[in-house]
Amino acid sequence: MTEPKVKDNDVVVPGEELASGMGYLPGQGTYRDGDKIRANRLGLVHIDGRAIKLVPLAGRYLPKSGDVIIGKVRDVTYSGWIIDTNSAYRAMLSLKDATNAYIRKGADLTKFYSFGDYVVVKIFNVTSQNLIDLSMKGPGLRKLEQGRVITVDPSKVPRIIGKEGSMVSMIKTQTNCRITVGQNGVIWISGEPKNEIMAEGVIRKIEREAHVPGLTDKIKKELEKTNKGEQ
Amino acid sequence: MTYSKRLDGRGFEDIREMEAKVGVVKNADGSAMFRMGKTIAYAAVYGPKDLYPKFLQDPERGILRVNYNMMPFSGMGDRVRPGPSRRSREIGMVSKNALLPVINLTDFKNAVVDVFIELPQTDAGTRCAGICAASLALADAGITMRDLVASVSIGKIGDKLVVDLTYDEEAIKDMDVADIPVAVIPSTGEISLLQMDGIISKEEITEAIEMAKRACVKINKVQVDALKKKFEVKKNE
Amino acid sequence: MSNNHIASHVEKTLDKGMRYDNRKLLDFRKITLETGVSVNAEGSARVTIGDTEVLAGVKLDLGTPYPDIPDQGVMMVGAELLPMSNPKFEPGPPSIHAIELARVVDRGIRESGTIDTKKLCVKEGEKVWMMLLDLIPINDAGNLMDAFGLAALAALNDTTFPKFDSETEKVDYKEKTDKKLELSKLPIPVTVYKIGKNVIVDPLTDEEEAMDARLTVSSTEDGKLCALQKGGDITLSVEDIKKMIEIGIDKGKELRKVFESAK
Repeated sequence: MTEPKVKDNDVVVPGEELASGMGYLPGQGTYRDGDKIRANRLGLVHIDGRAIKLVPLAGRYLPKSGDVIIGKVRDVTYSGWIIDTNSAYRAMLSLKDATNAYIRKGADLTKFYSFGDYVVVKIFNVTSQNLIDLSMKGPGLRKLEQGRVITVDPSKVPRIIGKEGSMVSMIKTQTNCRITVGQNGVIWISGEPKNEIMAEGVIRKIEREAHVPGLTDKIKKELEKTNKGEQ
Repeated sequence: MTYSKRLDGRGFEDIREMEAKVGVVKNADGSAMFRMGKTIAYAAVYGPKDLYPKFLQDPERGILRVNYNMMPFSGMGDRVRPGPSRRSREIGMVSKNALLPVINLTDFKNAVVDVFIELPQTDAGTRCAGICAASLALADAGITMRDLVASVSIGKIGDKLVVDLTYDEEAIKDMDVADIPVAVIPSTGEISLLQMDGIISKEEITEAIEMAKRACVKINKVQVDALKKKFEVKKNE
Repeated sequence: MSNNHIASHVEKTLDKGMRYDNRKLLDFRKITLETGVSVNAEGSARVTIGDTEVLAGVKLDLGTPYPDIPDQGVMMVGAELLPMSNPKFEPGPPSIHAIELARVVDRGIRESGTIDTKKLCVKEGEKVWMMLLDLIPINDAGNLMDAFGLAALAALNDTTFPKFDSETEKVDYKEKTDKKLELSKLPIPVTVYKIGKNVIVDPLTDEEEAMDARLTVSSTEDGKLCALQKGGDITLSVEDIKKMIEIGIDKGKELRKVFESAK
């Protein structure tokens, strides 16, 4: 088996040759072109045994069942709310999935969630045509109170959250902010203005350097340094 | 007559100095600048995003829209009137066709990807620079695509084939000039844009395409380097 | 689409004397200015204010004068809000937003009298220079008006006349003369925003969307006003207006320094 042309964590671009010969298998984000495997998008190489796959480095959010996202109320219909998902597809939050409370037919639904409100919702169904159903029944699912809402590249969300939420918990503790990260790249930050600025600054840095190894330590040091400077 | 020496002293197969930069428009999902000599193209990509009115949607695949525009002060001579012209619409269309073959449209059914190509400064070869910038911007936006697209214009001046015409060369009066913009998919050598105006033999057009393919290898290298450069982290940060 | 959520949080932050990006209420973001950015234009400039980036370009075309002012050249300012620069901008004919931006910049330049249109006359009643100034955003991250105003002034100041051949009565754009466009005044617009009880300059996009009212104050170096434009559908008190004009003139001085140091 010949060695691949790339190694783990290399940044590769569309069309780039990753390996030749039949020894390797094209995984996600790659394709076979004759005896070669090439990149199908901008990504980071991940070699797993014989499979070569790419972790995306950019791209808009694609709705996935089970994801918790932050959406924005765009419109209100007879039976629920139309929610902007920061993707190419709008979603539906129907009355029955929004609350267990009894709502009289024909009631003014804007009293619950109004235009421009941000909500933490869970996607529980996505059809092949990207029709999306949302639910607000579950822990942490709610309407968001006042806070700063920022949008990051959704492909960077896993790094911002960190392993088992380690990165975001560290940011919360160090900046004394409440933070909710939606899988769709929408992030809510609430705290004192200067703390919000600090939290956003750190999140932007993670977004820029998501592909760099040893990021957690770097961010930790930076947060501690900023905090010391403050005191 | 023979075109024995190029007006700017370049070799016949030399492309003008190239420069590419990715991420030049912060608001966009993907963006890039591509410069060939004095021709500068910006491209910004928005999407995939929802598409309204709904009848424009295609349930089986996404839609790519390409808009080409010269800034009013970008050209030699008169001001370019703002807004679409027959010329800009046609170039937008052929640029779209040049990019489509590499893009996986089934990734974004019912949705649209918008590409805006803007030229702040021009010296011929604008559609080619635009396509080079647009394919970088699409990659930067994370669109699934099997390759980048490189593009260059081949010219015939007198009896000589040359790479990457300038405006001065296009305007040569005492020799016949033909202009042949070509776009190439680098990994396969397939051609996704071919236009020509002027008079040329069929043998010459084959040779022109081969020249374009050789030039596009160099262009592709500049493109690849620019994309990778975005992810280089400065050591001291 | 409604942005109540964002607007109220922006206001709350301003109430504490803070901006979203750690500035004080009356601070501008970092400004850069560069001229000669488009070689085929007779004059051009690029201005960045934070993440906002705009271009301004001047073309000089030959045309016929208006019959009522046969000895004066023509000045025209246009703005094109490219959809490239902001996902909210649509392709198509100029929006009312674009028209307002262009007209306010135009008024500041025209009314200050900085350009002597008589000097744009080539042959009275027959041929005059048409000075066409175009304003283009590359990235809109708030405050296009002030960025356009500064870029416009810098592009005009960068403008050189091409060669006019009086024999053939044609312009040779390739040959630039050493004749520059003269500016007798330096008009600079500064837009002051009112959000709740706070007054700020140089808004970010979120702050722009939270605006109650704004006042663009164009002033010259002698502290005179040359154009005003109130925007937004909420009223301003006379006290507000006085305060906003002071700020506009004051901040105009700061921007003029940026212009002077880039010259």
